[in-house]
Amino acid sequence: MNVTQLSAFVTNKPGHLQKVLKVLADENINIITLTIAETLDFGILRMIVNDPDKGYQVLKEHNITSSITDVLALEIDDTPGSLYNALDVFANLNLNIEYMYAFTEKREGKAVMIFRFEDIEAAKKALNDKGYNIVRKIDIIGENK
Amino acid sequence: MFNREIESMPVNKMKELQLERLKWSIRHAYDNVPFYKKKFEAAGFHPDQFKSLDDMKRVPFLTKQDMRDNYPYGLFAVPLSKVVRVHASSGTTGNATVVGYTKNDVNVFAEVVARSLVSYGVSENDVVQIAYGYGLFTGGLGLHYGSEKLGALTVPMSGGNTPRQLMLMQDFGTTVFCSTPSYALNIADFIEKNMPDFKIESTKLRIGVFGAEPWTEEMRKEIEQRLKIDAYDIYGLSEVIGPGVSAECKEKNGLHVFEDHFYVEIIDPDTGEVLPEGEKGEIVYTSLTKEAFPGIRYRSRDITRLYHDGCSCGRTLVKMDKVTGRSDDMLIIRGVNVFPSQIESVLMGFEGTEPHYQIVVDRKGSMDDIEVMVEVNEKIFSDEIKVMNNLSKNIADRFRSSLGITAKITLVEPQTIPRSEGKAVRVVDKRKGESE
Repeated sequence: MNVTQLSAFVTNKPGHLQKVLKVLADENINIITLTIAETLDFGILRMIVNDPDKGYQVLKEHNITSSITDVLALEIDDTPGSLYNALDVFANLNLNIEYMYAFTEKREGKAVMIFRFEDIEAAKKALNDKGYNIVRKIDIIGENK
Repeated sequence: MFNREIESMPVNKMKELQLERLKWSIRHAYDNVPFYKKKFEAAGFHPDQFKSLDDMKRVPFLTKQDMRDNYPYGLFAVPLSKVVRVHASSGTTGNATVVGYTKNDVNVFAEVVARSLVSYGVSENDVVQIAYGYGLFTGGLGLHYGSEKLGALTVPMSGGNTPRQLMLMQDFGTTVFCSTPSYALNIADFIEKNMPDFKIESTKLRIGVFGAEPWTEEMRKEIEQRLKIDAYDIYGLSEVIGPGVSAECKEKNGLHVFEDHFYVEIIDPDTGEVLPEGEKGEIVYTSLTKEAFPGIRYRSRDITRLYHDGCSCGRTLVKMDKVTGRSDDMLIIRGVNVFPSQIESVLMGFEGTEPHYQIVVDRKGSMDDIEVMVEVNEKIFSDEIKVMNNLSKNIADRFRSSLGITAKITLVEPQTIPRSEGKAVRVVDKRKGESE
């Protein structure tokens, strides 16, 4: 099981991002973390939410172009060099990271990074081989203490 | 020939037939459409004065604006109970123009399309795939009825969905493909980019029927070479009937006008004066048999010339040159003539980009600037910037290669392009300070 990311197409103008956030808020969808990739004309809002399927449905109902994608959620130590070492695993296998971002919350000295890969299974296998902890279900973060 | 008697009728006999039918048509319009009665009277013309073809010059012109002013049914000459179908013009400018057909008009429409198909060498043994849009646009249904009238196996595929077009082409053994010429090029591009194993030679495709937008000899050569077919022009306009007003023959040199149904004149667009045969000017149409929507001296804005050249195909029908432009829809961008239909065809080649787009033409300093706004739906959306940017880039590349214009592609949210009466506003020309 992979962590799923909810993405939405947003025009790069005042008020547009808010429109998306309002739809999610009204439906009680909680955003756990998010990142925006922006261009001159538009941005792509990428979110980890508590209920991605419902989030996708409500955005769709409001004519907001969105999609659901599998992403890799990787737990690493919150120490200097940890991310560097993790990326080594991908570089050695020539696996290109499409994009990545970090979780805002930390627990017990651990950080969580989100990665987008063309071939997520290859990346997971590589990490498993090296003994990394892949987060399988995002809503357990912070609860599984 | 589908109708040998008519298509090879001696020129003089044809003129007699036209005169007889013109008298009826002018009278029909005068008696049944108050607009024509008023217009004729204002010009000091009465149908009784119409005695010879030479009297045509006394009949006032009908313009596109007249049609718009009479939206939707103001120019119909029969009660709506006798009208079995309407089409609306694909023109991107102003109010749509609505045209009506009686049962007999639908038959005539099918007949002229069937004649066109036969003149390209299509027969009842062919499988005709129609990739024109079905709907208010005359292309889809027009070709459909003509192909059925001829007795060919007709595949009503409609426009877009290129992978499916190609699948049907292979599975159904399509021999004749009908679309806009730029869509044909898009198909060739699609095969090249996405289906390297697809061999066009392995299909039974042999003839292409292309129309609804102006196209050049260079485009014909490219289409013929890449799709391994013979490409023919079908010409028409919804205000007159739809495709099938005139058609090329095997000579691929000029289009024969089906002048037993459409009377044609060439005028000087500035003075309105009728020009002698062979001279270039604006072509003007008068319907000879149309019941629901007679068009008397309709100014098409299409520039061409008329001539008789004793065509080797045996048709004695007058020929017109391939029309290279219609002046009212045309945009001139940095000196390049561009038709909205061509822009639409380019976009149709990209899955999901149809039908919501808008073209904004503006002037930045002394340079014209064209921006094409495309609504992003789920089909073309990706969470990766790279994929979205590639889409914009590919669309821009296609504009450059097929239309010769550099356009900025802007991806926008769904529902952001303003709609009027349910149809998207396609062209905004800010250079004129108003939406077109």
